[in-house]
Amino acid sequence: MLGLNRKDLTLMMIVAAMTLLAPIILNPFPSDSAMAQFNAGYPDLMQRFVIFGIFAIGFNILFGLTGYLSFGHAAFLGVGSYSAVWMFKLLSMNVIPAIVLAVIISGLFALVIGYISLRRSGIYFSILTLAFAQMSFNLAYSVLTPITNGETGLQLALDDPRVLDGGSSGGSLPVTQLFGLEMRATTQLEIGAWSFDFNVGYYLCAAIMLAVFYLAIRIFRSPFGIMLRAVKSNQQRMNYTGLNSRPYTLAAFVISGMYAGLAGGLMASMDPLAGAERMQWTASGEVVLMTILGGAGTLIGPVLGAGFIKYFENIFSKINDNVLHSWFAVMPDGIEDFLVTIVHPFVGKGWHLTLGLMFMAVVIFLPGGLVEGGQRIGRFVTGRRNKKAGGAEAEAARKQPAE
Amino acid sequence: MGILEVKGVNKRFGGLQALGDVNLSVAENTCHAIIGPNGAGKSTLLNCLVGKLIPDSGSVMFDGQSVLGRKPYEINQMGISRVFQTPEIFADLSVLENVMIPCFAKRDGAFRMHAVESVESEAGIREEALAMLEDVNMADKKGMLGSSLSRGDKRRLEMAMCLVQRPKLLLLDEPTAGMARADTNNTIELLNTIRDKRNITMCIIEHDMNVVFSLAERITVLAQGTPLVEDTPDNIKGHPKVREAYLGEAQV
Repeated sequence: MLGLNRKDLTLMMIVAAMTLLAPIILNPFPSDSAMAQFNAGYPDLMQRFVIFGIFAIGFNILFGLTGYLSFGHAAFLGVGSYSAVWMFKLLSMNVIPAIVLAVIISGLFALVIGYISLRRSGIYFSILTLAFAQMSFNLAYSVLTPITNGETGLQLALDDPRVLDGGSSGGSLPVTQLFGLEMRATTQLEIGAWSFDFNVGYYLCAAIMLAVFYLAIRIFRSPFGIMLRAVKSNQQRMNYTGLNSRPYTLAAFVISGMYAGLAGGLMASMDPLAGAERMQWTASGEVVLMTILGGAGTLIGPVLGAGFIKYFENIFSKINDNVLHSWFAVMPDGIEDFLVTIVHPFVGKGWHLTLGLMFMAVVIFLPGGLVEGGQRIGRFVTGRRNKKAGGAEAEAARKQPAE
Repeated sequence: MGILEVKGVNKRFGGLQALGDVNLSVAENTCHAIIGPNGAGKSTLLNCLVGKLIPDSGSVMFDGQSVLGRKPYEINQMGISRVFQTPEIFADLSVLENVMIPCFAKRDGAFRMHAVESVESEAGIREEALAMLEDVNMADKKGMLGSSLSRGDKRRLEMAMCLVQRPKLLLLDEPTAGMARADTNNTIELLNTIRDKRNITMCIIEHDMNVVFSLAERITVLAQGTPLVEDTPDNIKGHPKVREAYLGEAQV
């Protein structure tokens, strides 16, 4: 079905089910319980999960398959956001033209940057992409102010032309919509002590993420995908086998740039503003972390990594000392203060410390990322089950190479 | 007129004359060996044939066309495949994928954006690759990763990758270097079987006299960048100039 084999189809179905049910899955705790702060099922955060998922899936097509580590992918994200906001200003508040333009412009941008950067490989390639992204960031801040609105960031204004929408919309700023369906529209469902938010914007992003995830599977399983893995494995052999590696890497670079542009366009569609900080090197580094944390070169890894980092960024950072005190309130006073002091550096503003330690642990103990962790657990479980049944099969399965 | 014609090729690295006025003609459907002591310029010559190096002067004609100034992948598309001294394979890919890649290159050219069709639907390519693996007795290892193969199998795989393209000329750069006796004999046997099965022109660089004399029909002896003599193996064995320059220090 869908041109996928059974394994990929199962993966696709699982991802589809998880994304569509995310508002429920991510809100496992009753809304007035003490654990409610670990609920991640609010629209803003869920949108971020899938948008950064798209960003990381695209990055993985370049880094995971060809091994070229781009350190400037945030530039495409930023370009996508600016393009989309300009569409909202000039044409219409409908998100379709904005997203389409974001993908096209970032694709063209990636073509230029990729054409130059791919003349080098390894660390030099990374430095070139980093340089381009920082250049874009600084230009957006300074001389390109007429296009980017500099430090303030590009925003909607009441007197924007919006040709298709017929200009001014009265006294308030218009909102982004899809043929009249407002992106911010949210239906709340209350079941007992639980409440779930079903947001239009989230479901648009989720549908698009599923589409591009499917496309990524097809690319991974295509002859083109094999060629990209061949680039990573042995370029010398490739060139002496009659294959020109340059257009292959450039195609991968442009595709992943377009994924980033799509993510940027969606970000602007959810919240119509674009700032230069979206292009900063920290943003480029973040997608590298997501991909490696989840598992570079795997299909689902980047999505997991993106979800993981965004969850930490948004949930752990909210745990402040008051929350800690309420957690440990049952303890005697001295111990309570002691525990709070111990935990304090790891949460709230210190969430980066926790993330950093976890990233180190993953890179050292699970070089294949979270996906490898999952595989190890899976193998452990099936290994134990098979040992009861004889164990020979598990041995054979272990000798088979991983996909 | 041979399929490969090298005329007056010179190559200089700084003060070192690596190749001086080299002429070479490889006839179709023969195995032509190039031998010579270390530093004689054998590898330099080979690199000039595949586009890795560009000679300072002279001409290299293959199948009526010049190869000079062309990129390695273009030269491969013209019909020259190369086996490296240390096997160059795709270590992170499966054995079957390793052989499918040259099949794709042969069918689709140097670049094609076949990004949405699945590999599984490419039945023709798969059959072709499997048949080739059968020919080199590796069909049972098709699912293994390239990196998990033994050195001898890596060499076998690399040859399969070259042969599946049905090259007009196969260049072998010391295919048995660093191999155990048994592996060397296997390689000779493999090469001879391949030649029996399909007509193929080979040009081989080799140190091992045993390999050279059991494969080659013509031998060129290179010394200090210039061809000393070119003849049949029997004549080479007794040639006084060759003995002096090369064979004197090797056991025949």
